[in-house]
Amino acid sequence: MLELASLQAGYGASNVLHGLSLSVNQGAFCTLIGANGAGKSTTMKAIAGLLRPVQGSIEFEGQRIDHLPAAQIVTRGIALVPEGRRVFGPMTVRENLQMGAFTKLYPRSTAGNRQVETRLEFVLETFPRLRERLPQQAATLSGGEQQMLAIGRALMSAPRLLLLDEPSMGLAPLIVLQVFAVLRQLQRSGLTVLVSEQNASVALAHADHGYVIESGRIVLADSAARLHDNDKVREAYLGI
Amino acid sequence: MKPQPLPAVPDSKLGGTAPSAARAARFSPSAQSRQRIRFVGLAWLLFAAWPLVAGNDYILSLGIFFFINLLLIGGLNLVMGFGGQISLCQAGFYGLGAYVSGVLAVKYGVPPLLGVLVATAGAALSALCIGLPALRLRGDYLAMATLGFNAILSVLFSELVSLTGGPNGLANIPPVSLAGFKLDIASRFFWLAWGVSGLMMVMLSLLLSSRAGRALRAVAGSEIASGSMGIDPFRSKLAAFMFSAACAGLAGALYAHFNQYASPETFSFATSVLLVVMVALGGWGRYWGPLFGAVVFTAVPELLRKFQDAELLVFGAGMIVVLLYLPTGIAGFGTYLQAGLARLRASRRAS
Repeated sequence: MLELASLQAGYGASNVLHGLSLSVNQGAFCTLIGANGAGKSTTMKAIAGLLRPVQGSIEFEGQRIDHLPAAQIVTRGIALVPEGRRVFGPMTVRENLQMGAFTKLYPRSTAGNRQVETRLEFVLETFPRLRERLPQQAATLSGGEQQMLAIGRALMSAPRLLLLDEPSMGLAPLIVLQVFAVLRQLQRSGLTVLVSEQNASVALAHADHGYVIESGRIVLADSAARLHDNDKVREAYLGI
Repeated sequence: MKPQPLPAVPDSKLGGTAPSAARAARFSPSAQSRQRIRFVGLAWLLFAAWPLVAGNDYILSLGIFFFINLLLIGGLNLVMGFGGQISLCQAGFYGLGAYVSGVLAVKYGVPPLLGVLVATAGAALSALCIGLPALRLRGDYLAMATLGFNAILSVLFSELVSLTGGPNGLANIPPVSLAGFKLDIASRFFWLAWGVSGLMMVMLSLLLSSRAGRALRAVAGSEIASGSMGIDPFRSKLAAFMFSAACAGLAGALYAHFNQYASPETFSFATSVLLVVMVALGGWGRYWGPLFGAVVFTAVPELLRKFQDAELLVFGAGMIVVLLYLPTGIAGFGTYLQAGLARLRASRRAS
């Protein structure tokens, strides 16, 4: 479904990704694990179109997307939950969710609005907690609720591929487990999920397939279970 | 709509703490916009009484300056309060509007009304030129670029003596005539400023609740998140910056034709800084904030005239006090009071 081939990308003159290749199959739950600065966020931003790759290609459902603007990538069915949640603090929870459907949101088109409403209902069923919080300002939510909101907001564009950039960051361990349980549930209902994580133990415990990224390259690719038992991974990322 | 089960206890008895579905729906942006426009209509009806209340031309002209300042601060609030960017050139665009329209009328005999339109468009165009490079970068680059631009404009205003009259100012700027009716005295010009500023408030309200306005608010929240939602942060910020500059250009042109005189120090960098403070004082990112900011900006210097040299000192000290104790600005005071009252009621119920 998603194919990254010898991707090079970075910021200005400094490259972060040096020929990164990976592929995500339709319906899979994949994780990209690596240390700080390995290039996880850069990979995610490149896929979402927030960063233009210098070289290499990104294919989604058989078509190249590496030169499309972010808006078109959203329309094609990829949504990103950015690192650190980044909910829109002064907006209400409802407004935040509506923003997720921005490319489909036309105030005067009833058809578009109905689509958004239907989608909103789906997201609220996935995260019942958000329903209670609809009229509240997003800034008043707890960290865990904000992460739910960030995921819900990304789901509003009805993606087929959901990207999450370090969803465990700054969350209590119990909440992290809840987040991954929801991701698993979404994946079972047909969504393809790619999560970048520094928290390798949680990520490998939940995902089917894993990639290990080190200084801008994939150094290991295997099933999550085998990665979990891999000596190198255990030493470097699991601290066992 | 699905029929909702009736709550056992009416909302009012719950102290309004449980928001019902109907109440949540009322917060939809277009409803909010309609309500704001109704309030603007009401407020501007009240403002229409100013010529009756004002005893003399001096008081009446303060009303005109209030409307002009509202254009300046309202435009700036869009960029700063809603767009999260800092512009330090609002006074520069104000001056650009004043001089473009003034010079066109004085030196080239262009009808003032046409000059006002050219000045408005010119300010927006120059904002485009600064915004194109500065807004591509994230962070406070706009603040730096605009700071420089205001300085350049200030120099031009006082050095292009043959056009602008230099430090002596540009005199004999003709008044605006509307349908053969000369708006040369305060009691006539008042209605032009009244109408234009009311129109701007309505436009701002519509803009904020539109798709573009929501995109702008999202960009202020997070460029990465709004980008991944399919919003182009650069375009959003650029459009807001241009709108804000157009407001300032319009304000400047109105100022020039009302005052019939313009001099460079009015449009200095110091004025830009004061305007930023007025946005914060009125209420950063609050729709009604600029009204309060404009009242302070118009009235306080007049009230502090008797302090003479100490005027700026008193002004500055007062501002620090307000910003320390009212971080949400004057427009946030109501919400602040409401929250305080709710807390008080809750604690009384608990005891």
